[in-house]
Amino acid sequence: MFPATFEYHRAHSVKDALALLKRFGQDAKLLSGGHSLLPMMKLRLAQPAHLIDIGAVGELAQIAEEGGKVVIGAGVTHQQIADSALVRGKLQALAEAAAQIGDVQVRNRGTLGGSLAHADPAADYPAAVLALEGEVKLEGAQGTRTVKAQDFFVDLLTTAMNPDEILRQVSFSPIAVGTGCAYLKRPQPASGFALVGVAALVSLGRDGSCEKVRVGVTGLGSKAFRAAGVESALAGKKPEANAIAAAAAHAADGIDCLSDIHASADFRAELARVYTRRAIEKALERCAR
Amino acid sequence: MAALPKFIGQPIRRREDPRLITGEGTYVDDVKLAGMLHAALMRSPYAHAKISSVDLSAARKHPGVICALSGEDLAGRLPSLPCVAPAQNVPEHPALARGKVRYVGDAVAIVVATDPYTARDAIDLITADFDPLPAVVDAEKALQPGAPLIHENFGTNLAAKAEMTPPGFDKAMSEADKTLKFRLVNQRLTPTMMEPRGVVAHWEHGYKQLTLWSSTQIPHLLRSQLADMLKLGENKIRVIAPEVGGGFGAKLNVYAEEALLGYLAMELDRPIKWIETRRENMAATTHGRGHVTYVEVGFKNDGAITAIKAKFFCDMGAYLQLLTPAIPSFTALMVPGCYRVGALAFEQNLIFTNKMATDAYRGAGRPEACYLIERTMDMVAAELGMDPVQVRRKNFIPKDAFPFTTAAGLQYDSGDYEGALNKALAMVGYDKLRTEQAAARQQGRYLGIGVSTYVEICGIGPSALLPPKLKGGGWESATVRVEPDSKVTVLTGVSPHGQGQETSFAQIAADALGIDIDDINVLHGDTAIVQYGIGTFGSRATALGGTALVMALGKVQEKMKTIASRLMEVPPQQLIFTNRTIALASDPSKSIPLQKVVEAAYGYKQPIPGVEPGLDASAFFEPSGCTFPFGTHIAVVEVDPQTGAVKFLRYVAVDDCGKIINPLLVDGQLQGGIAQGLGQALYEETVYDENGQLVTASLMDYAIPKAQMVPAIEMANTVTPTNLNPLGVKGVGEAGTIGSTPCVANAVMDALKPFGIRHIDMPLKPEKIWRAIQEAKQAKKG
Repeated sequence: MFPATFEYHRAHSVKDALALLKRFGQDAKLLSGGHSLLPMMKLRLAQPAHLIDIGAVGELAQIAEEGGKVVIGAGVTHQQIADSALVRGKLQALAEAAAQIGDVQVRNRGTLGGSLAHADPAADYPAAVLALEGEVKLEGAQGTRTVKAQDFFVDLLTTAMNPDEILRQVSFSPIAVGTGCAYLKRPQPASGFALVGVAALVSLGRDGSCEKVRVGVTGLGSKAFRAAGVESALAGKKPEANAIAAAAAHAADGIDCLSDIHASADFRAELARVYTRRAIEKALERCAR
Repeated sequence: MAALPKFIGQPIRRREDPRLITGEGTYVDDVKLAGMLHAALMRSPYAHAKISSVDLSAARKHPGVICALSGEDLAGRLPSLPCVAPAQNVPEHPALARGKVRYVGDAVAIVVATDPYTARDAIDLITADFDPLPAVVDAEKALQPGAPLIHENFGTNLAAKAEMTPPGFDKAMSEADKTLKFRLVNQRLTPTMMEPRGVVAHWEHGYKQLTLWSSTQIPHLLRSQLADMLKLGENKIRVIAPEVGGGFGAKLNVYAEEALLGYLAMELDRPIKWIETRRENMAATTHGRGHVTYVEVGFKNDGAITAIKAKFFCDMGAYLQLLTPAIPSFTALMVPGCYRVGALAFEQNLIFTNKMATDAYRGAGRPEACYLIERTMDMVAAELGMDPVQVRRKNFIPKDAFPFTTAAGLQYDSGDYEGALNKALAMVGYDKLRTEQAAARQQGRYLGIGVSTYVEICGIGPSALLPPKLKGGGWESATVRVEPDSKVTVLTGVSPHGQGQETSFAQIAADALGIDIDDINVLHGDTAIVQYGIGTFGSRATALGGTALVMALGKVQEKMKTIASRLMEVPPQQLIFTNRTIALASDPSKSIPLQKVVEAAYGYKQPIPGVEPGLDASAFFEPSGCTFPFGTHIAVVEVDPQTGAVKFLRYVAVDDCGKIINPLLVDGQLQGGIAQGLGQALYEETVYDENGQLVTASLMDYAIPKAQMVPAIEMANTVTPTNLNPLGVKGVGEAGTIGSTPCVANAVMDALKPFGIRHIDMPLKPEKIWRAIQEAKQAKKG
């Protein structure tokens, strides 16, 4: 598989990368781990004239706690996220999503920013980033801005990013006491992407009822989404089996589900309901106060 | 020097592996020659279309392009690709399509350029006009009146038809207490070897000699076919199969690219390389299986099978590759499995479709048969409310009945089916498992226990069983050369590509000559080095090639004994080979170093009058019959009724491949085979849409099992030797694939028994299982 001709540029800093982006405009693509872009280029589905490699930009490769938030650089690999004690402790669903991406080789190359910017409708991260209410920091020639996860995923392979912007980092509020989260996934057997992946976050109030419920779903439609119907159905309720099941029944509400040889729309919707219920149950198990 | 152990039977690690796992093997793509050009192919995007025009002018003008050719350019210059197996209708099969394209991936044009990127760029510059025609994708529909014809000259899409109804069949069927009829689909599969195909062709004009490196399982058979196509003497073509990264039968073939590159290397007088992309591999390397079978089985109330009738619709694809129409015949022959089926009748329809040709794929016809008979056993058991194990016991060919001629007319060499079954049942704890299963069902958990008791056919010969047009028969060859320093070179006619004969054949030679395996080098896969051989396929290499090696070793031993007897002044028949010496059997302390005998043979110290110098011998082994390995596999699974997911709890495999040369190699073959077999049961399916577009065109959509999808396999053997070869070996390359598929399918069906579900076609994807459960629940309500 041979890609079309392109020119390769290595960026050494975010500033560098932004300058190159400005110079080549729409003809350029940012290259990070390359696990989404390069296969498309080999099939000539993507034929960028310029590749700007940000894989060696150190300032993008940090995981840190800043001002009460967990901040993960766009260049952090899936494996680093899966292995990070900080992420595992404070954003367990994200670590679980990272650990289930592809295989070891993919996890050692692929990055958080690359995956989010590519916005594959069956990628794992979006579900977790949505449920954990991540905030995506973008940097462009016009300065920086922050986009909420909910507003970041626009459509199939389409995000709120402008072509001259770089995804810099994603920040999260660590889960509080009395809150649990989990990511569960049914992988597509060939690609390993999510046929359906569900991240759930539940906070229990002092009275034992569900104070806060967040559910992110991937693999179902053209983009990952927050299952608002599930969240509102369970909020304020006691976490009993019937209530959870009734809430989870809304997982696919209003979604035009994908259908392919791996799963029909019907079955995807059913999987979303089952996995939503199970993800909520698992999050609840982790709601120790 | 320490005493040498016996090597046969030892779990010796593959001597091939260090170079392979450190990246030091040489595959076709590692062959780099000065001035080498690179080829790329333009392939049809349509399943069925008339070619109106192919305009190569822009491609030809592209800088770096040396030549570009379409099918019309090659007319009269390169003959049809070979199909050596008999069929009533064998179509013309041009290396590049002429007039029509008949499947997605059909080669339309070839470009040769100075580098692979340029060759690929030039493909995008070809303008081809196609007039799409309706495609025929479903083999059964292809036979209906009015179906579009793939090869108009035949007036039908039927490539061949075979029927057999023995006298007395109807009577046997009428003696049944009950009959069952059902339809089974053995889906089309993509062989998916790690290394796709590749070819390098090098014409040395001064020598008038063509060297062709190809990722093939059959270097000599390929050479013979190329000699015909390229009109060269077989002594002027050298085919080299370097490291071959898996074949699974799909490299037991002669492909368009091999002929095209040989032809163009001669025309252009430049070396040319072509390396298949994964996408091409999925579209244009042969597929396997693709059978729809209507089964009718008659049986007594005690489970005894009185008669089986099977009507097959076998999907050939658009063309007949080397052995395409021969593969289903192995299915028909193996339908009786390990049972005394009263009578067998079959009808086979071999049908053209607008898809890639099918051909051998690991098991090659036998997995289809094994699936048929092992699913039948479970169907009968379900109908009678019997334990599936009991139905099998009722019908087994008993161990004292061998050699046994089956209802299909094959003579089985040896077997002890009860022995393997009993061992597997004991390992898995069958009775206890059934109790646990019943308890689990009470708790709403769906455990399934699947059994398959398989038998398969290996070591095919004798030559009469192979197609007459195949140059070379069912035999195999070996040469043993004891070099002047007592190191030994073994040249084998088989062409290992993962089977490990560099290790196992060294074990055989080391024991025969009383030397260390490190003193033996096994060479293969080069027609200029190795005597004519048939190659590696059909689990034949050790039973046939190993026996040829034993025979060649015997000849060398005879000569060495003759020399030793002169030097030691004892009769040759009293001598044995041990610890690098030739010794008196009755008193091994009376010995002569092997090196002394070798030196005498080469005449540089003590020439032996009357004995021809040198120390090598060749042998060709023609078997008198086929071998029939067998075994029992038991899978324990749990089905999640909410999502249809299947989880393995246990997998027990008891296999009997006769005597074992190297248990590590046997285990490895079985594990890989079981992985591929359960892949068919649960995941794999080559999907074309109704227009003949290939949907599973990449590994993002074609699901082969990954490591985490394969259970830990609990393995054991029984050993029932064959008397058809001196090693007592039967073959093990395909056994795992053959035994595992129905075992897993039976386990899933057993799990679904409480829902009243009898059968779901493979692959048993979660959605199919979930739907069947929903429908069963609906039916119960309704």
